[in-house]
Formats: sequence, C-alpha cells, structure tokens
Amino acid sequence: MTLQDFMPILPEMVLLATAVAVLMVDTFLGDKRWLTWVGLVGVLLAGAATYWLALQPPADFQDMAASDAYTAFFRLVILVVTGLGLLMAMNWLEAHGEQQGEYNALLLLAAIGMTLMAAATHMLTLFVALELFSLCLYILAGFERERASSGEAALKYLLLGAFSSALFLYGIALVYAATGALTFAGIAQKASLSPLFLAGVGLLIVGFGFKVAAVPFHMWTPDVYQGAPTPVTAYMSVATKAAAFAAFVRLFVGTLGVEKSAWVPALAALAVLTMVVGNLAALSQHSLKRMLAYSSIAHAGYVLVGLAAANTTGTAAVLFYLLVYAFMNLGAFAVVIALERQGEGDVTLSQMRGLARTHPLLAAAMAIFMFSLTGVPPFAGFFGKLYLFQAAVQANLTWLAVIGVISSAVSAYYYLNVLVQIYMADPETPPTLAWRPVLGLATLVAVVFVVGIGLFPDFWLQLALGGMRVILG
Amino acid sequence: MEWVFFGLFGVLALVGSVGVVVSRNAVHSALFLLVNFAATALLFLVLGAQFLALAQVLVYAGAIVVLFIFVVMLVGNETVDDFVARERPWLRWAAVGFFLVFIAVAGYSLVMSGWEAAKGLADYGAVERVGAVLYREYLLPFELASVILLAAMIGAIILAARTRPPLGRPEE
Repeated sequence: MTLQDFMPILPEMVLLATAVAVLMVDTFLGDKRWLTWVGLVGVLLAGAATYWLALQPPADFQDMAASDAYTAFFRLVILVVTGLGLLMAMNWLEAHGEQQGEYNALLLLAAIGMTLMAAATHMLTLFVALELFSLCLYILAGFERERASSGEAALKYLLLGAFSSALFLYGIALVYAATGALTFAGIAQKASLSPLFLAGVGLLIVGFGFKVAAVPFHMWTPDVYQGAPTPVTAYMSVATKAAAFAAFVRLFVGTLGVEKSAWVPALAALAVLTMVVGNLAALSQHSLKRMLAYSSIAHAGYVLVGLAAANTTGTAAVLFYLLVYAFMNLGAFAVVIALERQGEGDVTLSQMRGLARTHPLLAAAMAIFMFSLTGVPPFAGFFGKLYLFQAAVQANLTWLAVIGVISSAVSAYYYLNVLVQIYMADPETPPTLAWRPVLGLATLVAVVFVVGIGLFPDFWLQLALGGMRVILG
Repeated sequence: MEWVFFGLFGVLALVGSVGVVVSRNAVHSALFLLVNFAATALLFLVLGAQFLALAQVLVYAGAIVVLFIFVVMLVGNETVDDFVARERPWLRWAAVGFFLVFIAVAGYSLVMSGWEAAKGLADYGAVERVGAVLYREYLLPFELASVILLAAMIGAIILAARTRPPLGRPEE
C-alpha cells in the first residue's frame, strides 16, 4: 500500500488527528476555550480535503469506502454541522464548567463515523462507522453528570441503541447468508426476492428506523432529546439523521434499487406513521426540547417520503432536505441554548413569553427558523418540502404527498405557537439570556444559510443532483 | 460425525442462552452465559476455526463473564426485580410471541432459500489467515474499531473518573 491509497479517507484522517490533537493540547492549555478553535481548524482542514477530493476522479479505499460526489456532499453537511456544533457548545461548556477537551474530541470522533456512513460501500465499514458515532453520542448524552435526566437519557439511548445495532447486525448476517457478499456491489449483483434476503432487508430497515427516529422505532427520541445537554441534542438531531439517511439512501436506492418493489411499500408506510404521529404528538408539548424532538421525528417522516419515491428527484430532494434541516434545526436549538437557565437543561414554552420585547434580534432569528421548519416560503424549508413532495407525485405516490402536506399544515400550529408566545404574550418574568458572542455567531450562520438557500435553491439542488448521479448512475 | 458434534454443542448453546434470559438470579445468568460462550467456542472448533475458538474462550468466556460477575458482586443486587412484568404482565407474552414469529420467519427463510456454503479454504481458521484478512482486506473497519476503543476510553474517563472543576472559568 502506498500513501496514495489512503487519499480517499483523507478527511477522516484529518478529523482523527484533530481529535487527538485536541486531547493533547487540553493537558497543557490554561484557557480551554482555545480547544474549540483547534477543533474548528481541523474541521476546516477536513473541509478543504473534501473539496480537493471532489476535484479528483472518484476513488475508493479497498472497496470499503468510496470517495465520490455523493460522499463529498454528506461530508460537507456533516463537517458544517460539526463546526457549528463546536461553536454552539463552547459558551455552554464554559458556563456549566464541563470538560471542553473531551467534549470536542468526542464530537470530532462522532463526525468520523458519520462521514464514513456516507462513504461506506461495505457492510462492515457501515456497521463499524454506525457504532463509532453512536458510542460517541451515548457518552455525550450523559455528559452533564450533575443532572439526573442527562444520565437517564444516556442510559436509554445506550440500551435501545445497542438493541437496534443488534437487529441491524442480524440483518447484515441474513443478507450475507442470502447473497454471500458484504460489498454493496456484490449484494446488488446477487439481490433476489428470497425470503431470507427479505428478512435481512426488513431488519436493516428496523435498524435504520431506530437511528433516524422513524415511528414505530421512535420511543427513545423524546426522552433522550430532552435529557441530553442541549448542544448535544442539537448536534444529534441533525447529524445522526444526515449520516443514517446517507447510508440508508446509498444502500437502498443505490444497491437494492433493483428490488425496489419489495421495500417501497414498507418505507411509504413508515413515512406516513412517522409524519402523522410525530406531528400530532408535538402539538401537546410544553417543553421546547421535547417539542423539537417530536418535530424531528416528523421531519424524518418527510425525508422518508423522498426515500420511498426512490427516483432521482426524490433522492436529490432527500439530500437537499437534510442540508436545509441541519441549518434550521441547529438554529432553533441555538436559541434554546441561549434561553436555558443554569442547571435546568430545558426551556418551557412559557419561558419564551415576551422575548421579542427584550431581545428582538433573537426573537427574529427564532421566527425565521420556525417559519422555515413549517415550510413557509421564501425560507429554505419550503423548497425542501416542495422537492420531496414533488418527487412523491412523480413516483405515483400522490397520496403520500397529500398526507405530507396535511401533516405539515398541522405542524404549523405548534411552530407558530412558539411565535405567538414570543411576540404576543406578556412576559411573566423577563427571559434571562445566556447570550454569548460565539453562540450568536453560530445562530447568525444558521440564519444566513436558511435565508440564502431559500433565495438560491437551484445551486444547492444541483449539488444534491450531482451527488445522486453517483448513486443512480 | 460432524453433525453429531454440531447438534450437541448447538443444543448446549441454546440451553445456555435460554438460561440467561430465564434466570432470576443475575449470577446464574452470568454462568449460563459462560455455558453459551463455551458451546460457541466448541462450534468454532467443529468448523475448524481454531483461532476464533481460542479468542472466544479468552475474550468472552474469560474476560467478559468475569467482568459481569464482578459487577454483579459489586452492585450486590443479585436477584432481578422484574418490575415491568409485574406492572404489565402481557408484555412477557408479547415478547415470547414476537420471538416465535421471528424464529418462524428466519427458520422458514433459511430452509426455503438455502445459503451460500462457506468458502472451503483448508486453514481459514488459522492465525495467519485471520491476520492476513484482518490487516489487509479489512484494514479500514479494523482501524475504525480502534477509534471506537479510543472513544470508549474517553467516555469511561468522562463518565466515571473525572473530578469537576469549580463553576465558571477555570483558574489559569
């Protein structure tokens, strides 16, 4: 092996080196805030490596992981999310007196697993990458040891996550038994509708369903999202979805695309359940984090619509939506972090009252995120949903698009209710802010992208289509 | 001859794993787990995978079961209080039902579709073979597994061994 052979996984190697560097620098640095900037430099370098790789012809690492336009798209999404995740956590960690070095290192290690999920072209790489980022997130969920609910979140996530990993692994084993192959290319060649193969594919769907929080595999989501430290919830809600859907699309639409008829009905049913249950459950929440947890379940449902469509537009829409969702959901969580009171780990709806009067800028940012999550034009979320539902209509799944539109109309109620509290209610007690410049910077970046993607959706859609062509040929 | 041993050790492994789930006493569960691991190691031997059998005994039967028993002894809560089953007794039957359905589906599909035979390499269970596959063909997953161990180590330190600095800016 020469050095050249390692180039396809260069961004991951940069991230690993950064994580180790963060841990080492941590031991002799007085001001721990610098660790965030060390991590950020690593993320930027990994981004530069990704860009450089995108200019090269596609390559792969020993048939284990591919570096192509599709991988590049998800690498960029995950690196941006990781960068914002580092920034959003910086002030929070400082205020809570938590270990910054370990936090940043774990976030970077999780990012390695996530980008490799998108790159994986072999079942073993896929599984090990899945375990890597899951393990980092289990630890991060329990990071705030002083708060019991954080530990509860970590334990629930660990137990249910381990259970779902076992099912996923069983699925891999059955698919291997049916096809005798572990590489995606080999599986695609031998794919057939034998009962053994179908049982394996079913278990794979269950495993992915757990990770993306699709109903009925969503039970862990509200508790874990509410209990975990808010910066972790923010990262988890967008990055896990992007990584899991990246592998989901490559494996199902790409590899198992020939046997589409076998899994499309199952995914369509999952999509309906996920959209309806997620949106209905979100209606009655008082905790902002819990509401956003159910909302993230609903958004997984929208993405599943694009996956069930299983055509070029549908899967490009999935990529586009995951990018958009990353910015709008991270932004909403940044506002939650800003409003969170020390040691409570959560924000209730009534705490939002009268925010517009005391902090008009923050209120305006929250308004943009809520409008975008609802899908109001001209924000990015509107185009995301538009492309997804369009693809469903093209794939003769009009009924699925109709259910999607109706359930996203329901979602307007709880998103806009937040704005009603912010703009129209009188404050009981003036909202206290943990508002710091770095968190503000992260929020600003999110606002710029939510508005910017909304104004110029074509550029980003073309990028997603470029990634899709790799998958669908 | 092979089938006799397979049947024997297979049944032993099944008895062990059922015992793990059914036992009320956590120590008994751990010991049944040992039976299961040992039987699996013997199954590996039947397959001619000596190295895997050895690793199974060393790592699982040795290290992991000992760890389990240590934890059970330390925590001291040896009998399991099955509070979920007391509140919702139907859950147990639902679990048994799901299990039977799963076994039926997996068994039916195995019988109906058959599976690819293992590649008949003479010494595929030997150390050299395993090493060659692990460090050449599966280099990336192998290295990734070491990253997982790094993350686990950080996690263990963070969750169990850290001392908390006072709130606010750490002294410089």
